[in-house]
This record gives sequence, structure tokens and C-alpha cells, in this order.
Amino acid sequence: MSAYFSEIFRGLQSLAIGMGITFKEFFKPVVTVSYPMETIKMSARYRGHIELIENEEGEPKCVACGMCQRGCPSGCITLESTSVEYQVEEKGETKTKKKKVLSKYDLDFTTCSLCGQCVESCNFGAIDFSKEYNLASSRKEDFHFDLLKRLKERNS
Amino acid sequence: MSLTLLNAIIAVVIAIGFAALNAAYLVWAERRGAGRIQRRPGPNVNGPLGLLQPLADGAKLMTKQLIIPGGADKALFMVAPVLAMAPAIMSFVTIPFSDVIVARSMDLGVLMIFAFASLGSMSILFAGWGSRNKYGVMASVRAVSQAISYEVPMLITVITIVMMTGSMNLHDLATSQAGGFWHWNIIPSLTSPLMPVSFLIFFICSLAETNRAPFDLGEAESELVAGFHTEYGSMGFGLFFMGEYANIVIGASLITILFLGGWGCPFGLFPSVFWFLLKIYLLIATFIWIRWTFPRTTIYGLLNLSWKILIPISLFNLLLTAGLLKVF
Repeated sequence: MSAYFSEIFRGLQSLAIGMGITFKEFFKPVVTVSYPMETIKMSARYRGHIELIENEEGEPKCVACGMCQRGCPSGCITLESTSVEYQVEEKGETKTKKKKVLSKYDLDFTTCSLCGQCVESCNFGAIDFSKEYNLASSRKEDFHFDLLKRLKERNS
Repeated sequence: MSLTLLNAIIAVVIAIGFAALNAAYLVWAERRGAGRIQRRPGPNVNGPLGLLQPLADGAKLMTKQLIIPGGADKALFMVAPVLAMAPAIMSFVTIPFSDVIVARSMDLGVLMIFAFASLGSMSILFAGWGSRNKYGVMASVRAVSQAISYEVPMLITVITIVMMTGSMNLHDLATSQAGGFWHWNIIPSLTSPLMPVSFLIFFICSLAETNRAPFDLGEAESELVAGFHTEYGSMGFGLFFMGEYANIVIGASLITILFLGGWGCPFGLFPSVFWFLLKIYLLIATFIWIRWTFPRTTIYGLLNLSWKILIPISLFNLLLTAGLLKVF
């Protein structure tokens, strides 16, 4: 008999505790972010698709070594380079030297698994993850990014 | 047209308007309240604070096509939503909102309200059975067994109150508690020391009678799709919804009249309709609060609660009150 009443009492007590919790929650601030109108800052470790990093002159830091292309397990990176001649003053005489300049950097994001091998294999810190996540589309072509063009658009 | 008939029609029109307005804005309050408890804003896009949301919902429900599933019992299917709404409106007729605001003060008002409340479970049975849907049938079986088991302790509690007051007229029940909260039925007195317990029992039973969470076994989405109104769309569903919220208002009104002194002020000053509305909306806020706090019970837990706890305690309270009334 006492077990019967103690069960009722404990039941009521737990109900009251539950009501207390929801009462407190009612007055706490709302945590909803009304997404299209407001967004939150992505965390530092967020992995979006990769993006080229620029140097001080606004040119890509990339030296077109191709390590990222080789490191990519899904083969989504295609890069091409042209060699450009340039002059340097060295020990009083002008010399003509050649260097590789990035001419094309395509990312096929449809097969990218965001593993980060490309970012890890880059010795020059020339690529990094972007914080881009608004990437919905019904067309495959929208996920083929021309990263060089994106860099120029970013700078202009 | 005689004057009394005209009066009755006006009363019914006001009752329908009151019920519809309440249904619309209680849905809004429910969704906002649920949002706040779960730390979301709730509907806030349509109009200031989302206040136009019920209009949008209503327009949506009214413009949709009414589909009757093949093989359904057409008559039962059509009559069920009406039967959900009509008894709720009928009950408004005899509820006194204040000393003078009452459509028809009946000597058997309490009895009438409970008679019509029982018709509500009839509509659930018709809806489930008539729509030829296995989930509907299972839901109506549950809802009816629930209604039967919760009407018993509810009515026993009402008998206790009627015994103390000596009247079944809701107006008399309210006026007998006039003058300050210490006269209210919820406060234990010499003749009925267990009144707070009775109040709790009546409160739980009202929740169960209106098929609200945590006792909404009739519309348990997790196992029965949408329960008895699975096959209803458009305004058929709308009527069930309005009936449910009208029943909530009636449940809150009954609790107010039977236990919380009706339209009386807690300090015995200026009894008026505002006190009544304040009390019923506080009770409804509690209903909403409870709904978004507790998970749904099982059907066994539900029936056990009624038959093993509520009925024995309310019976004991009835006998105790009867004995004490005889002694004093």
C-alpha cells in the first residue's frame, strides 16, 4: 500500500520537475537562425571546396608544381601552367629567366570528397578550404569551378 | 419568430464565433508556446508575431478539395467532423461567462455538458470506422476506451462537487464560491479535505477527455499515422481541429466554474467576465505547457492511471465527502 502511494508521489514529483525545466526553457532566448536572412560565421575548421590563396600582389601563390593534382585521390584537380620569361639583375648583369605561371586551375567538385590531401600536400600554402556552403544546384556544370577566375573576381 | 428562438440563434452564432476565434488563435498560441519551450520562434513570418498565420491556415484548409476515400462509409465519414464540432458549440450555450453572460442557464447544465462531451468520442469512433483505414479503426478503439475510462473519475469528481453545492446549475456552482479564493472549491474545507486532489484528478481527466498530449493516443503519429483523422483533409480536418480546441476551452471553463470560483475575483472584488477569461486562458496556457513537456504515454499506462489510481482515489474522496457532509 505504501509502495502504491510512494509511486504516485514520485510520479507527480517527476512531472513537476519536467514542468519546471520547460518553464525555464520558455524564458531563455531563442537560438534559431533565420537562415536566408541571417547566417552564422563558419568555424575555422570548416571544410568547403578549395580556393586559391593570393600573395601580396594579388596573384595566386601557386607555383604550378602539381602536387595537389597528384595528391588528389579522386582526380578532381586539373591545373595547367605556361612558362613566362622575366629579367633579373644578378651581379651587375641582366639575365633572362623562366618561371612557371598558373594559367588554369579547375576543380571538379562533383567528385571531391573534401579529404584535404591537396591542402596538405601544398608546400606553398597556396590553397585552402573556403567557407562556402550555399552550393545547391540542379546542374552539374555549377560544380566545376574555375578557381583562377574566382580569385580574379574576388580581387576585382 | 419568437423572441426566445431569436435569442437562442444569437447565442449559437456568438458561441460559434467564440469557438472559431479561440480555435484559430489557440493554434497560434500553441505553436508559439511550443516554439518558445523548444527555443525556436514559432510562426513569425505572417504578420506581426505571426498573428496572421491562423488566417493563412484557414484559407488553406477551406480551399482544399474534400476527398472521400473509396470504400469509406460516406454517411459516417461526412457526419463525423460535424459531430466533433457541434457538441462543443452546444456546450457553450450553458456555460456562464459571468453573472449575466450566459445563453441559457439550465438546471442540469453540468449533466448536459457531460452528455455532449461523450458525443465527442462518438465522432472519433465514426471518423475512424467510417474512413475504412486500419489506423483509423485502431485509433478510434483507443480513443473510445480512453474516453470511457476517464469519464468515470471525472464524473465521480463532479458528483462530489454537486453534492457539496446541492445544484447542477453551473451558475449556482459558481456563485456558491463567490467572495475570495478561500471560498473556492479547490481549497480544502471541513467537509471536503481532499479537494486539491479532486482538482488534480479533474484536471488530468480534462486533458484526457480533450485527447491532448500526453494522452493523445487517438492521434499517435509515431504508430498510427494521424489516428482517426488520417483520411481527412481540407475542412473535415479543420472541423476536427476546431472541435478539439473548442473542447479545450470548455474543459478550462468547467475547471474554472467547478474549482476556481467561476467569474469571482480571488480577493472578492469586482467579479466579472474578465476574471473568468483570465482563469480559462491561464488554464489553457497550462494545457499547452503540459503538452510540450511530457511525452505521450502508452495505452496501458493510460488505462492503468485511470483504473488503478484516479478512480479509486476519486471514489474514496466521494465517500469521504459524503460522510463528512452527513456528520457536519
